[in-house]
Amino acid sequence: MPKLKLDEELILKVAKNSRLKLSESEVKKFLSQMKEILEVFDRLDEVDVSKAKPSFQPLPVKNVFRKDNAGECISQEEALSLAKHSKNGYFKGPKVVLE
Amino acid sequence: MKKALSILELQEKFTSGELSVEENTQKIISEAKNSNKEFHHFNEISWEKALQKSKELDKQLKARKASGKLFGIPVSVKDCLCVKGVESTAGSAILKTYKPLFNATAVERAEREGAIIIGKTSQDEFGFGTFSTNVGKGFQIPLNPYDKKRSCGGSSGGSAGFAALTENTHAGIAESTGGSIACPASFCGVFGFTPTYGRVSRYGLMDYASSLDKIGSMAKNTQDAALMLESIAGIDEKDSTSLPNPVEEYSKLLEKQPKELKIGIIKEFFSEGIDKKVSETVWKALKRLESEGAKLEEISLPLNAKYGIPAYYLVAMTESSTNLAKYCGLRYGNALNLEGSFDEYFTKVRTEFFGEEAKRRIILGTFARMSGFRDAYYLKAMKVRTLLIQEFQQAFKKAEILASPTMPIIAPEFSKIEKLSPLQNYAMDLCTVPANLAGLPHASINAGFEGKMPVGLMLTGNYLQELQLLQASRMIEKAVQ
Repeated sequence: MPKLKLDEELILKVAKNSRLKLSESEVKKFLSQMKEILEVFDRLDEVDVSKAKPSFQPLPVKNVFRKDNAGECISQEEALSLAKHSKNGYFKGPKVVLE
Repeated sequence: MKKALSILELQEKFTSGELSVEENTQKIISEAKNSNKEFHHFNEISWEKALQKSKELDKQLKARKASGKLFGIPVSVKDCLCVKGVESTAGSAILKTYKPLFNATAVERAEREGAIIIGKTSQDEFGFGTFSTNVGKGFQIPLNPYDKKRSCGGSSGGSAGFAALTENTHAGIAESTGGSIACPASFCGVFGFTPTYGRVSRYGLMDYASSLDKIGSMAKNTQDAALMLESIAGIDEKDSTSLPNPVEEYSKLLEKQPKELKIGIIKEFFSEGIDKKVSETVWKALKRLESEGAKLEEISLPLNAKYGIPAYYLVAMTESSTNLAKYCGLRYGNALNLEGSFDEYFTKVRTEFFGEEAKRRIILGTFARMSGFRDAYYLKAMKVRTLLIQEFQQAFKKAEILASPTMPIIAPEFSKIEKLSPLQNYAMDLCTVPANLAGLPHASINAGFEGKMPVGLMLTGNYLQELQLLQASRMIEKAVQ
């Protein structure tokens, strides 16, 4: 199976995807620490999993539904009360399209 | 550990009129406020809310309408669970100022049983740590009541630290993803109980890793922890992974000892990598059980011992990286001035307010689920998890309860923790990670001391065998006393 070739470029790419900005010293530090950690993760290659199904949950649960009853809901005012930026009853966010 | 009345003993004082709920609440709030200056076990003390509730409960007492398993009992809540109107941050600067509009189900149920929420206990940011040293920016590290130079353990460090320190009756609602209840219980010499995955609803928990997170209890003794557990456990329509099985009255059945209990001694966790004095203390406590009629049998978990850490950390980091994607400084929590594009703003908020370990885990977790690599890492770890669960099930054919030390060491000094690399940090979770990855109920009980520091003994039971596990824990508690 393909494995990662971990380098500074890849760390920066993943950081960008995760919406994180790393300083140069952080990139250097993370690179050596993560190489060490990935080596330990790679030990899992020793295990024969050809007959194993993945356990996405420790205990299998299926077909869980609740009754379709209307419940209480927080008000628009309450929801907005936790946000620093709001306007005219909406959350106010940063610009999506820059001029 | 300082002694205090048990929950039932305190409640007798309330009903006899010897002590009012308000007086008692004032006593513990003032203790918590004072001790917090020195030990940092709380991120927030909700004294106004607590005193108001105590007055209501006193009125109920006067009207002879007092009821509830936790009537009048001061309860602390790990900071990662939502408490209505009380700042709840999971120990992270990104959630600073967040006062939830609702209670987590566990908190709601505890309150319904008469609990008084006294505050939010300190923890590693989002639970990312073993020593409660990875607290978020601007938060303080909780100190061990036995020795302030040492860690409380993590990530429910404040919960265990206060449980050991307080002279008052108290129970804690804590949370474990990979050992975050057992580890601090071990380091602080208290009783920590983590139930089967799904036994307690996760609704209102700020997720770390959704397929691993479990809410449990922390207390000075098994009976108080059992009372807390039976108060908060049970199916909840707000959490589709909560289990429908009925909840037993653990606290009432606690003293009944299981006949001919077979305890499997996990060979691998008494060997290399475990401090010899720790394993000797644990072994001595187990030997005492033999005279109580328990049968000890050596069992082996070679796959769990070897692959537990990598499988667990891969699953945990991958899931946490997706769970943390929602924090962006928009709808709640910390925010900055709205400048730049969407991406620039979110990046600025997340970079500014997440701590170092959170960033490391987000990046590693994002790696492990990148297109083209997901099968090699995340999916592989999930398949290994299946084999590790199967290995446990084989072991449970030979013994009902499995035993090991909780942690390979006693609570370390902060100066030593600073020198550990992230990987060395992760390796400390050797004994606690397997049961957590498998979603099995487990407990940490004080087995004795090495010098002045407590040593924890970990017991693991099969799925939904909470009662049996608590009964076995009680046997050890009595034998050690």
